[in-house]
Amino acid sequence: MAKCIIDGKKITAPDGTPILQAARDNGIDIPTLCSHESIEPSGACRLCVVEIKKGKRSKIVTSCLYQVEDGLEVDTKSERVMNVRRLVLALLLARNPASEVIREIAVKMGVNPQPRFKLDEDKGKCILCRLCVRTCADIVGVNAIGLSHRGPSKTVGPPFDEDSSACIGCGACAYVCPTGHILMEEKVDERKIWGRRFKMKACDTCGRYFAPLDQLEFISKKTGVSVADLSICTSCR
Amino acid sequence: METARTDERTKLREIIARYHGEKSSLIAILQDIQEAYNYLPVAILKMVGQEMDIPLMRVYEVATFYNAFSLTPRGKNVVEVCAGTACHVKGAINLLENLERELEIKCGETTKDETFTLEQVRCLGCCSLAPVVRIDGNIHAYLTQQQIPDILRNYRK
Repeated sequence: MAKCIIDGKKITAPDGTPILQAARDNGIDIPTLCSHESIEPSGACRLCVVEIKKGKRSKIVTSCLYQVEDGLEVDTKSERVMNVRRLVLALLLARNPASEVIREIAVKMGVNPQPRFKLDEDKGKCILCRLCVRTCADIVGVNAIGLSHRGPSKTVGPPFDEDSSACIGCGACAYVCPTGHILMEEKVDERKIWGRRFKMKACDTCGRYFAPLDQLEFISKKTGVSVADLSICTSCR
Repeated sequence: METARTDERTKLREIIARYHGEKSSLIAILQDIQEAYNYLPVAILKMVGQEMDIPLMRVYEVATFYNAFSLTPRGKNVVEVCAGTACHVKGAINLLENLERELEIKCGETTKDETFTLEQVRCLGCCSLAPVVRIDGNIHAYLTQQQIPDILRNYRK
């Protein structure tokens, strides 16, 4: 167990707990975009920055990655922290003017779009946090999408920006996306994601369309359970 | 067509075998492919994924990340105009415009007969020779617009 102080509050947390989690467990709110309970933290969005003090020195770290230590003093709302966070938000606002989530956080923190940052028109709502890419690779195990090109032209998507043959249409990337950049259109028996249409499978019992056929085939191949056995939706099972 | 495919596959297997199929050698393998084809053809990249058991997405990420790799066909001679600070000050932009007129292509494009590809690079590391243009690996130093037609004629042969 590590004893530390967050915003003047004495906190004990198990060794290895990230500051972000320790703070949230104790009712201290830190804004984030790229943190998700099912995926290892990666420190991509830089919104969760906090100031830590060890002895006389203090520095800015990402609270999702930095772990609690004995005698650590954390300030989640100091002027220095807020300055960094406001700058990060101003940059995100300029990159993704269309994102409601980012605008909401900005309004909450009183950050306005700054004229010195030119608004991007071609980035959509993507903040390049890689949550979707890591979900697809580590959790689903499909590797259908990734980040291609680099610098200002870096984009998320399937290889060759068109070929989504590896995709199984599970929609996990759209689910995990913090800003809603990834679009998934659903009609009754069809789902469209990454420019590809997926036929949905109807539940053998209740007849509800519940999963794309490609996903069931993928699960069947991985687990050895036949597609026929997988053709009953979770609520009928 | 089928035989061409198998030929390409054998060629690729040879390249991969040079690195013992090591997944961490992906960049080196892509470099060798580029050496062989002048660029990275989509069909070959897909084969790389299959042969090395690497998700196609990873291959594509690496291939698009590095400027050294080109996904579009390149000409026999790559003309690289230095746009580093020294060359820029010495008027490299004029050389580039002249080359664009001379070759009848825009920067980044390849001529119809596939002899020349015109590219801009940041710095070739020989600023004392500014302005420089590198054609096919040969440095042409203190280049003036008047010299360009003659130099290109030598490469056209």
